[in-house]
Amino acid sequence: MSLNYDQAIQKYEPTLGLEVHVELNTKSKMFCGCATEFGAEPNTQTCPVCLGLPGALPVVNQTAIESSILIGLALNCSIAPFSRFARKNYFYPDMPKNFQTSQYDEPICVNGYLDVEIETDEGNKVFRIDIERVHMEEDTGKSLHVGGSTGRIHGAEYSLLDYNRAGIPLVEIVTKIVPNTGKYAPQVARAYVAALRDILRGLKVSDVKMEQGSLRCDVNLSLAPSGSGELGTRSETKNVNSLRSVETAVSGEILRQANRLQSGEKIVQETRHFLEESGQTRPGRSKEQAEDYRYFPEPDLVPVVPDNKWIEELRKSLPEKPADRRKRLQSEWSVPEKEMTAMVNAELLDTVEETVKLGADPTKARSWWLGEISRIANERDVVATELISVTAVAQIINLINQGELTDKLARQVVDGVIAGEGTPAEVISKRGLKVVSDDGALMKAIEDAIAAQPDTAERVRSGNIPAAGALIGAVMKATGGQADAAKVRELLLKHLGQ
Amino acid sequence: MSIRSSATEMAEALARKEISAVELANQHYAQIEAVDKDVHAFLHLDKAGALAQAESIDKKRTAGEKLSPLAGVPLALKDVLVQKGVPTTCGSKMLEGWRPPYDATVVTKLKDAGIVILGKTNMDEFAMGSSTENSAYGPTHNPWDLTRIPGGSGGGSAAALAAFEAPLAIGTDTGGSIRQPAAVTATVGVKPTYGGVSRYGLVAFSSSLDQAGPCARTVLDTAMLHQSIAGFDPKDSTSINHAVPDVVAAAKKKDVKGLKIGIVKQLSGAGYQKGVENKFNEAVAELVKLGAEIVEVSCPNFEYALAAYYLIAPSECSSNLARFDSMRFGIRIGDDGSKGAEEVMNLTRQVGFGREVKRRIILGTYALSSGYYDAYYGSAQKVRTLIKRDFDAAFEQCDVLVSPTAPTTAFKIGEKSEDPLAMYLNDIATIPVNLAGLGGMSLPCGLAEEDNLPVGFQIMSPAMKDDRMYLVGGALEAALLSKWGKPILDFAPSLVGSK
Repeated sequence: MSLNYDQAIQKYEPTLGLEVHVELNTKSKMFCGCATEFGAEPNTQTCPVCLGLPGALPVVNQTAIESSILIGLALNCSIAPFSRFARKNYFYPDMPKNFQTSQYDEPICVNGYLDVEIETDEGNKVFRIDIERVHMEEDTGKSLHVGGSTGRIHGAEYSLLDYNRAGIPLVEIVTKIVPNTGKYAPQVARAYVAALRDILRGLKVSDVKMEQGSLRCDVNLSLAPSGSGELGTRSETKNVNSLRSVETAVSGEILRQANRLQSGEKIVQETRHFLEESGQTRPGRSKEQAEDYRYFPEPDLVPVVPDNKWIEELRKSLPEKPADRRKRLQSEWSVPEKEMTAMVNAELLDTVEETVKLGADPTKARSWWLGEISRIANERDVVATELISVTAVAQIINLINQGELTDKLARQVVDGVIAGEGTPAEVISKRGLKVVSDDGALMKAIEDAIAAQPDTAERVRSGNIPAAGALIGAVMKATGGQADAAKVRELLLKHLGQ
Repeated sequence: MSIRSSATEMAEALARKEISAVELANQHYAQIEAVDKDVHAFLHLDKAGALAQAESIDKKRTAGEKLSPLAGVPLALKDVLVQKGVPTTCGSKMLEGWRPPYDATVVTKLKDAGIVILGKTNMDEFAMGSSTENSAYGPTHNPWDLTRIPGGSGGGSAAALAAFEAPLAIGTDTGGSIRQPAAVTATVGVKPTYGGVSRYGLVAFSSSLDQAGPCARTVLDTAMLHQSIAGFDPKDSTSINHAVPDVVAAAKKKDVKGLKIGIVKQLSGAGYQKGVENKFNEAVAELVKLGAEIVEVSCPNFEYALAAYYLIAPSECSSNLARFDSMRFGIRIGDDGSKGAEEVMNLTRQVGFGREVKRRIILGTYALSSGYYDAYYGSAQKVRTLIKRDFDAAFEQCDVLVSPTAPTTAFKIGEKSEDPLAMYLNDIATIPVNLAGLGGMSLPCGLAEEDNLPVGFQIMSPAMKDDRMYLVGGALEAALLSKWGKPILDFAPSLVGSK
């Protein structure tokens, strides 16, 4: 009999640990001047330094240090007055020097925290995630294994190497162990990564695109019998690359480990790979055979000793914290908590805010982005903001407010803009989508409708107001939907003595 | 002027247009042609490149352009510095046929100064050795006695100077690789303060110890070359952003009156050849005659320098040499389509590296391993700090320190190649300077009476006080020259064509 999630969580207490790798969006690489643009032709963004050619030497990218300090400050860390790079030695073809230059026992930021809020059965609850360290390192190149069925190195006919990514600055953010999340471990993990992503986006230090790998998460998880106060053996699930996957990886590991423990087996300390398709993990290399990385201080670089004055300037330059911003916008826009959550979850808070800044009213901006536009985006499996610009949406909403468009017409304008027919104004003119506001034309349509449905008109005259719906519908149909329904209703009722 | 002249004299003859840079380069190529089959100082000659460069200098001179002091003077470049398009092997089979796509900063500076690079000189593989016997391309022979070693690792550069194949050379010094070859060939070599000369493009053996430096036949020539290659380089994070001391002025001053010269007690006695100690003491006596004050200083931790060095250098080398994996450059062995990358890397490294290199990689890998790190690498770093403190204390009592450069004169080729520890002991007097990151010079101070072979005199300066070495070296050189009546290399047996 295998345990289900609720049973698992009753018997065992999970402990989390999260390591997040963030690719910084600096223009040049960590230790050389090469460009960092995503998607360039293979091996076009390389030089003697990032190819690890004999004789080449690294020089630290100052912007990467600044970004790392900003991240540390935003996560309430202390900034180390003295930190160093080390060499992590291991052989792999996509690692040019066969060592990774990474901070090890002397990271640039230590001891911070991040508070995350999740919905629980007892209402919203804040969990504090303690941050152990934020450190800098360089990314490796990429291997592409050609031939063979799995795309993995075993069975491949040959491999191609692209060193464009080699040397891209990475920041690794490591939490301390996160205890006492109970059954909410998956949600807490997800909320943490989401909150971190929002902070990084706000700091403008990374593109934080999980699907492109500019934010990657490793999930550490262990179980101990509930109430034992012990710490179990952990597994590390690598490269979990979406928020949903973070949640799935945690719940999946809780189930897997609980069922192993339940059947008397031991948890092996190992690295596991997350499989996006199934949401399951498969074992990778066991930590017992882990390599000895022979870390030692990087002799080609001098220690990082940031000036205190500079740190204070950076602290002052920090943007508003995402949680604070959310509270402020909620009150400015007077929208319910639930709607704020919906916008954040849909990753459309920035977009809605930009739309509001262009003059749209908050409620309409929210409902257009989260409603019609998101619906089309979901159908086409794209991101809403890739379909239509903030400017176009703001213009459409403003036209609705000015009575130039009805909601129905506006939907057609949105369709036209998405279809590439031009700006909202161009779509309106091309498609002839103008609200019929000419009273004469409307009265003609109203009189036609009454003539066609005399019985209905009579019922309205005698006080049956809801019956007017059928007449209004006829008028709307006759005007091709270009009339303002409220205005039709007003004119019709007046005409029928109501 | 002849090929036996100093670089300074050659530069003057060029400036007076008595000879062209092309003619001067050709004279040296003729000498190389005549003697290098016996000496084997060079691994590669870049005749086309050098002559083209010489020609462009001549054109500029004819056009009346302002040129650097050494413009048109030829130089031999140790094969551990990369030169764009010119084969760079580091004396290793691993890099056979590799042509670097970029210039080392030192090479850029040489080119900018109009110095003509004749070719690349032989060396112990990846600069690991004290005899140049560890070159994958065969040993270099000491022009003083072709059956003997020219020192190492920069034996090729030193031998090229002593055999008049070039008046200037570049060496690199991790534990004595500039100074010990200078000592056993009666030439001058300087290891500048760590960070004084850029390491960008110097193929790393031990990053925290490596330093490129100037080699020549006179102290002034060495100073002129030092001035040409030194200075801050933004491409080398460990490069010092500080004005280069005026070493040329110091070399010309020839006045050591009142200067305090410290003799390091620990760098003498057991292990030092009698004739080496005698020549050293005679040189010290010359300095006293010139008005210098002699003090004896004690550096008790020097005893551990060799041990610390043979942990730190191999540790760094085990990591630095990891990049030689056949993936991006150099030779590739076993890539027949049936083997994986890891296997090809293994085969390539088995074939590509020589015994001494493998020995040090294994030593360093072990020293950095978890569980051993603190006892080996960690302790060695502590010793390094103690050695620095010894130097600090010594320099409170004196302006420079002196010692014999090497404990013995040149030994026979093959004599120590089966005994690595005996070989390592050759660097016992030069290693402390590298561990502390200071400056060190070797200049000839005579011939040992037992074997009539050259003895080197080492001068050590505090960091960024490199001018002091030149001050003392210039004065001592002048005194010894007047005592001998002719340059020391004139006492060397004549090689074919070296008249």
